[in-house]
Amino acid sequence: MIHEQSIREILNSLDKKEYSCRELVDHFIARASDANASLNAFITDTYETARNEADHMDTLRSNGTAPSLAGIPIAHKDIFCTRGVKTTAGSLMLDNFVAPYSATVVEKLSAAGTISIGKTNMDEFAMGSSNENSHYGPVKNPWSEKVVPGGSSGGSAAAVAARLCVAATGTDTGGSIRQPASMCGITGIKPTYGRISRWGMIAYASSLDQAGPMTKSAEDAAILLNIMAGYDEKDSTSAEQPVPDYTKCLNEPLKGLKLGFCKEYFGDGLDPKIEIAIQTALRQFEAQGAEIIEISLPSSKHAIPAYYVIAPAEASANLSRYDGVRYGYRCETPVDLADLYKRSRSEGFGDEVKQRIIVGSFALSAGYYDAYYKKAQQIRRLIKNDFAQAFEQVDLIIGPTTPSTAFNLGEKTSDPISMYLQDIYTITSNLAGLPAGSFPVGMEAGLPFGLQIIGNYFDEGRILNLAHQFQLESDWHRLTPEATA
Amino acid sequence: MIVDKDVVLNIAELAQLQIEDDEVDHYVDSLGRILQLVEEMQSVDTQGVEPVSNPLDGIQRLREDRVTEEDQRELFLANAPESEQGLFLVPRVVE
Repeated sequence: MIHEQSIREILNSLDKKEYSCRELVDHFIARASDANASLNAFITDTYETARNEADHMDTLRSNGTAPSLAGIPIAHKDIFCTRGVKTTAGSLMLDNFVAPYSATVVEKLSAAGTISIGKTNMDEFAMGSSNENSHYGPVKNPWSEKVVPGGSSGGSAAAVAARLCVAATGTDTGGSIRQPASMCGITGIKPTYGRISRWGMIAYASSLDQAGPMTKSAEDAAILLNIMAGYDEKDSTSAEQPVPDYTKCLNEPLKGLKLGFCKEYFGDGLDPKIEIAIQTALRQFEAQGAEIIEISLPSSKHAIPAYYVIAPAEASANLSRYDGVRYGYRCETPVDLADLYKRSRSEGFGDEVKQRIIVGSFALSAGYYDAYYKKAQQIRRLIKNDFAQAFEQVDLIIGPTTPSTAFNLGEKTSDPISMYLQDIYTITSNLAGLPAGSFPVGMEAGLPFGLQIIGNYFDEGRILNLAHQFQLESDWHRLTPEATA
Repeated sequence: MIVDKDVVLNIAELAQLQIEDDEVDHYVDSLGRILQLVEEMQSVDTQGVEPVSNPLDGIQRLREDRVTEEDQRELFLANAPESEQGLFLVPRVVE
């Protein structure tokens, strides 16, 4: 089946003319238009331009001038600006916003020949862990419509898991690539902070936000990361570090690789079945030549409080730009400028977004800055130092991605704090700026879950290497909701 | 930290959000619960610890001051709720 093929296999098939780019794109469009009414994975489709681009790529292929990924159907999280296409960030605030320019990530993937078939659903402004905070309604998990796909990149995760596109872009501020990847049974990586340009990516918390690929396998992720990574003069926080060929890292032998087993990640709150699956994966890594070393990250326990100060504080500053004047939602018949600002913002933002703006504004307000924001940033240093110490002993750190498999729709909406605890294993790498990936390692009661690998700065290649070596020896990443239904 | 109605309304004013009377209790409750969640930070000894504002401890880059953007005024104004003669329109501020 075309939609089960890896990027490399698709490129081979296109080269051998087994099918055209147009046939490939039409195949995925047919799947997406069939499934979207039930999954709600897409906010906007771009089928018409996708078909035209596919025809164009066929022409380039026939005259030998096609770029490296010509014809690969993908989807963009609706947080990336796409010139001429509505870009909402899952919010009523941007329901009428047609981006006047494209994000660097979008430009780069387009220049490489990938074709976007649509913009995927997400929690409003990336604030959420279940996709239930979208103005456009929740996304359903393709494995079971009763459960959430995770968030905030839930639409991207669901679209890849249901094979509605070959791969998708996501963003991760506290786990928003890895947690939905785990819950939907796909591979996702949040690279080092600054590895990928944030230009044109609608900001949530600027010192934590990072884009990344969401794919069927580590190999596909490496192929996309090759395109997405790199310095961008338009993003002054992007890193001026050379980009290796990540596909060349995949086949390194695991012999001598030192894997950290973090004891704080196991125990209370973790589903025992997930712990067993991780232990099984560790035994497999050992059999492949890796060495397991116990490490400790004692400051990790303060990560959730620190994150839920820093992220809302930065969000409250970033979201102050939505004022109803230059773009986005404006309230009806404002009586004066103050009324225009306040009602446009209060009507245009959803509840969770307003809640985080309130928390963030409080943490930054006079008299509380030192006790909350500065304190959280100091804890961030302690977390970063823990990792620096651990990486003196080990190459990668292994742990769970999520405490459990996907939870039921509506289960955690009334209690934001229980929702926040979803991020317990993922947010430390955002706070430290480290790269981390999730890939599927098991199933429980028909729902997939992932294993998380955290790497040292700019060591994405080694994360993908380990995931790829696991995927060569296992089939978890090949399971699909369709095949197991 | 005791969160009451006045705290919430003051913060809402700073954040330019309008909170209706029937919503105030909800925000008092949720802000209070989140502050309770983050309260445990106060037990951590951070004396002399350098705060992290950029995870790579990066510093602000400077670039040459040259014009790189072309004029796209009409394109950008196309997203404005209301505009006239190349300007964003807002309700009258000065009488």
